[in-house]
Formats: sequence, structure tokens, C-alpha cells
Amino acid sequence: MIYPDSKSLLEVRGLRATVNGIEILKGIDLTVRSGEVHAIMGTNGSGKSTFAKVLAGHTAYEVTGGTVLFEGKNLFELAPEERARAGVFLAFQYPIEIPGVANNQFLRLTYNTVQTQRGKDELDPLEFDDFVREKMKMLEMSPDFLDRSVNAGFSGGEKKRNEILQMALLEPRLAILDETDSGLDIDALRIVANGVNQLATRDNATILVTHYQRLLNYIVPDYVHVMESGRIIKTGGKQLALELESHGYDWVSSEQRAAAGA
Amino acid sequence: MSAVLQNLVNQPYKHGFVTEIESDVAPKGLSENTIRMISAKKNEPEWLLEFRLKAYQQWLTMEEPQWPNVKYPKIDFQAISYYSAPKPRKKLGSMDEVDPELLRTFEKLGVPMHERAALAGVAVDVIFDSVSVATTYKQKLAEVGIIFGSISEAVHTHPDLVKQYLGTVVPVGDNFYATLNSAVFTDGSFCFIPKGVKCPMDLSTYFRINTEASGQFERTLIIAEEGASVSYLEGCTAPRFDTNQLHAAVVELVALDNADIKYSTVQNWYAGDENGVGGIFNFVTKRGLAKGVNSRISWTQVETGSAITWKYPSCVLQGDNSVGEFYSVAVTNHHQQADTGTKMIHIGKNTRSTIVSKGISAGHSNNSYRGLVRIAPTAAGARNYSQCDSMLVGDQCSASTFPYIQVRNNSAIVEHEASTSKIGEDQLFYFAQRGIGGEEAVSMIINGFCKDVFQQLPMEFAVEATKLLGLKLEGSVG
Ligand SMILES: Nc1ncnc2c1ncn2[C@@H]1O[C@H](COP(=O)(O)OP(=O)(O)OP(=O)(O)O)[C@@H](O)[C@H]1O
Ligand SMILES: [Mg+2]
Repeated sequence: MIYPDSKSLLEVRGLRATVNGIEILKGIDLTVRSGEVHAIMGTNGSGKSTFAKVLAGHTAYEVTGGTVLFEGKNLFELAPEERARAGVFLAFQYPIEIPGVANNQFLRLTYNTVQTQRGKDELDPLEFDDFVREKMKMLEMSPDFLDRSVNAGFSGGEKKRNEILQMALLEPRLAILDETDSGLDIDALRIVANGVNQLATRDNATILVTHYQRLLNYIVPDYVHVMESGRIIKTGGKQLALELESHGYDWVSSEQRAAAGA
Repeated sequence: MSAVLQNLVNQPYKHGFVTEIESDVAPKGLSENTIRMISAKKNEPEWLLEFRLKAYQQWLTMEEPQWPNVKYPKIDFQAISYYSAPKPRKKLGSMDEVDPELLRTFEKLGVPMHERAALAGVAVDVIFDSVSVATTYKQKLAEVGIIFGSISEAVHTHPDLVKQYLGTVVPVGDNFYATLNSAVFTDGSFCFIPKGVKCPMDLSTYFRINTEASGQFERTLIIAEEGASVSYLEGCTAPRFDTNQLHAAVVELVALDNADIKYSTVQNWYAGDENGVGGIFNFVTKRGLAKGVNSRISWTQVETGSAITWKYPSCVLQGDNSVGEFYSVAVTNHHQQADTGTKMIHIGKNTRSTIVSKGISAGHSNNSYRGLVRIAPTAAGARNYSQCDSMLVGDQCSASTFPYIQVRNNSAIVEHEASTSKIGEDQLFYFAQRGIGGEEAVSMIINGFCKDVFQQLPMEFAVEATKLLGLKLEGSVG
């Protein structure tokens, strides 16, 4: 929701980034204030996931230009784990499997790490167990997932739910959900969307990367951005998503070209 | 587990310091005279001198094995001193004499300052008082008929037992290093659990090489009579020297009917520096004979140290229904090389063996699993299950698996599974994105990977092993 007096959470200016020497992000501008929900849409390969990973600090990507402020501070001065502890959360498009590491141990470690950072008390294994089961109920997840290895052998949709479970545990300031809706069945989509909505407050913000208008029926965005070739080429309200659905991305691109030609 | 042992296994990693101590060190070189000198110093009976000389004669005709997947310069056996015994020790004068690297290590482990100050003294005591550790147990153990002490002592107090079993599992001419050991071994542990006795506590020996250019050739012999059982722990460290030192031990285990021997090792010899200079050459022969029916021999090893490890703790499953187990974690970093594994020789009927090997390579290291499963024609109904997993940390290291399977009985079932995985950038990024830094992430992944082995270790050893691994791999992710 847009609040008139809310603070700027994320300010991206002219962000450029390369991977293996190939430029993927070619000057991104984006401002996210607390309380807001932003949707980023765009063709396959336009750089949405790259943008998300660069914000989270993935080491494979090199930032070659621009600035990013998170709560007024230079984000690039923080190591990836420090960004996470500061409240930047990325729900991965393809969550990786970590065989041998029990999900409950992993969840507890990440939870306690972030709690410590916030000056709060850690939970011991028993307390945490109660706490995490409560959160899992909200996402209608079976507690059996606690005893399995992190994401190992999880179905596509189960992995996505495990991501949202982590978001629910960590209560981030800025949550970036990279195609969390892809691979979810209709019921799961509703459950996950409900979860995300419940977590939304005046003090945090969400960036949703998605290909489907359907998700935006559940989580209503304040802004919709269209990304192409490493840039945000159009920004609008929630109706932009509907227009995209009926006209396709070509419509935005040709509009842009026309504007550039004029 | 006793408090003494707890202190001992809770010692921090890398005791890379040389202890200022006066030692009685023999001149370098190996000849018949050297062997006579060792034997005389120990005041040995004639039969043992003969055992040694026979081994020496045989050794002269043998060649160093070339098949292990390791590289090292030729060892000059004349440049080694074959006898070094500490004279009564002096205390370290001040904290300044302790290697600063060692102090830093304590810091990493979070050992408080006052404890650290105490530790410099305690560590030395523990290391050089291994005999007194044994003595503490001795009285209590003797009450139930257990003999536990140094093998040199047992040669005098229980010559018949030593004579009856020495060299029966690892024969004098078994292999190059074992034969050398048979000729020059200086000390080691002897442990005898009589019929029907379950050893009331874990037994342990802690080995340390202190003198530069000395070799260490210890000899351990453990016998569990009918229905007896024992859990034995072995730990080891060495100071850091720029030269390589040779460690060629022999361990023999004998389990009679229904006996059970569990042997656990945390091997933490000095591994050389980041550039591969220095470190221990660890060429060890360990073998257990499951001689009686329903007997069981179980090896658990956590190998983190040594420049080169060449070691195959094995089980000869002679008794019907006997069981052999091998659980191993071998970690190599920097320029370390490990060629380790096991041999399971099935002779008796319905014999069973389990092999679980976890190899972790980091840095420029090379880690090989080499294992033999042999099912003899007599071993009807034998079964083996092997699982060999390798994990690579970074791009410069390598891992290899060499399984040898020889089945000569149709009723046997042999299963082998292997996997290789890698701690990749994306896994570490996933942890980082959840607030967990590189070192902690690696240790969590590694502990998960090694779980099946660690749960075989006595608890305190498992804690120690977990800590060691964390230190070992520190800085290997970047
Ligand atoms: N490591 C890499 N090496 C080479 N090219 C890469 C690498 N990582 C990403 N790219 C390229 O960068 C471009 C953007 O990829 P990205 O994953 O950000 O797209 P996306 O917008 O998330 O697409 P999708 O909608 O399919 O998820 C793609 O063309 C991709 O092939
Ligand atoms: Mg993507």
C-alpha cells in the first residue's frame, strides 16, 4: 500500500552489472518505499533474476555502475550475509538443494542468526520447534519437511513454500519473491499469497517478480514495472499488468520505440 | 569417558609447537646395530630381538610400494633417527615460548585466556605423560583382569601373551612399512581383555611426535578374548617442522568368539603448511582379525592431518557370522594427499561388512578412496555394503575412488554405491542469503555429509572431530 509519508527503503540508480564479462543489467532505476508492493514483469532473459541476485549480493555478478541505497545506506558495502541480516530477503526462483543438512537445523540457525542481529533472544531447539510448526500451519505445510534435508527431493511447489516459510521466520524489511508463483498449484498459490499478505506491514516492502497476472489478483501491487534487456522500460499501476496480459510485451516495446523515435 | 580423556580430546587443533625437553636421541641411520641398540635399551628378551632382525633382513629385500595415488620425494631411511625418548620434562617457562599460531588457534576456539595459560602446561603433560594416563586406569582395570599399558612393559610382564599374538595379524613380511615397523618399533599400547569382560571404560592412547628427524614407529596390539568387548580411542598430533617425518605404525586387533573391538581414531598429525612444506608421512598398517564366531571389529577414523596418509584399516572375517565395519572421514586441504580405505576379507560363512567412506578435498589436495572387498570361496552367504562419497570444496582439488571387488562365492551379495558432490557457489549463496556466513555454511554442509560416520564416534570424539573439521577447512571457501 502507498503511504504518503513513508520512508524510502530501496533506491536503485543506474544499476549496471555483468556476469562473465557480459552486461546483463544496463541501468536500472527503481525506488521502493516502505509499505509498498512492486511487481516486476518482463520477457524471459530480460534480467529479472539477475537484478534480484545482484541486490542480494551473489558473488558471480559484478556491479559495474550505479548505486543502491538500502535504508539510506550503500548496499554494496555489505557482504551477502550482512544484507540478509539487515533484512533483505530473496525467495529464489530455483531454490537449491542442500543434501545432508536437516531443514529444521538450517531454519533454526538462520532464524537465530537474524534474531541475534536484531538484539533479540535466540530460541532453543524445543522452543523453535513450536514456533516453526505454527508458521508451517499458516502455510499448510506438513511438519515432515522439518526432518528432511533442505529442499532435497522437494517438489517444485514444496520448494517455493519452504522459501515463504523462511520469509515468515525472518520477517524481512525487503522481500524479493522471484517467480514464487511458478510451479504452485491453485490452492498453494492462494495459501502462499495469503501468507505474503499477512506478513506485509507499513514498515516492510515486497518486490514480486512474476509472469502471471493471476498472482496479482491475490497480492495487489502498487506499481508494476516492465523489464526488458536489463532496464525498466515502463512503470504503471496494477492495471498495467492487465494491459500486458491482453497486448503482450511487444506492445510496450513498440510503444517505447515510438517514444524514442518521436 | 574419563575427565582426563575429555581434556585430551578437547585440546585445540594443531599443537604445532616443539616442546623444550631433553631427549635421548639415537644417531641417525638404520643397520643391524641400530636394531640391537633399540632392543638393548628396552632390555628385550632374545625372541623379540630375533623377531626384529628377521623383519629387518626381509625389509632389505623389499621395495617401497608405488601404487598409492600419492607423490613424494624418496625417503632417505638413513636420515632418520630410530629412537628418541624424552628425559624427565621441564615446564614451559612462559607464554612467550608458545607458538603465536597456537595462541591464535585457541582464540578461534574461544578458549578463555586463563585456561589457555593452563593449557600450555597441560598439553605438554598430556602428551608426555601418556604412560601415566595409562597408569591411572591400570589399577582399576586390573581388578577386572584387563591388562592395559605400553607394549614394552607388556613384553616383560606378559611375555607369553605378546609372543602368542604379535605379528599374527600383520605378519612380519606383510608390506614395506609394516616390515620396517616390525624391525624398529619403539613403543605402543598393549591391551588384553580376558574372557567375558566388557571393558568398563574407553581405553585411549595419545601419540605425539616431538623430535625433528625422528621417525615414529609404534606398535599396538589389542586382544579381546571370548565374549569380551572394548572401545579404544587413538589421538595424535605433531609439531610443525619444515621437514617431513615418517610415521609407520602397525596396529593388530584380535577378536575371539563373540568378542567385540571398536577402534576409533582422530588423526591430526601436522599436515605441512599452506604450500605443502613439511608434515607427517603417515604410512600405517592397521588390521583386525575377527577370528572367532560372531566376533566384530569396527574401525572408525577421522583423518584430518598428515602431509600424506596411506592407510587401510582392514578386517579379516575368519569366524562364521563375524562382522567388519569401516567408517571413515578423510579431509585433505592445501597440498595434502590421502590414499585411504579398507580391506574386508570374508572367509567365514555369513560374514558381514559395512564400509562408509566420506572423502572431503579442499585447496590443492588429493583424496583417494581405495577399498578391497574379497569374498573367499568359503564365505557362503557373505554380504558387503559399501558407500563411498566424495565432496569437493573449490576447483583445485581432486577425489578418486578405487574399489576392488573380488567375489568367489555365488551366494554372496556385494553392493557398492558412490557419489561425488561439490560445495558450490550457489549453495553458499543460499546460506548467505539467509544470514549464514561461508565458514559456518561449509561446516554445516560438511557435518551433514559426515553424519553417518560421526555418529559412530564416542560423543566427545565426535565433538572434537566436528571442531577440527571447521578449523581444517577455514579459509578454503573464498
Ligand atoms: N552465469 C551466466 N552466464 C552467462 N549468461 C548469464 C548468466 N547468468 C544469467 N545470464 C543471462 O542473463 C540474462 C538474464 O537472465 P535472468 O535469469 O536474469 O533472466 P530472467 O529475466 O530472470 O528470466 P526468466 O523470466 O526466464 O526467469 C539471460 O540471457 C541469461 O542467459
Ligand atoms: Mg528469472
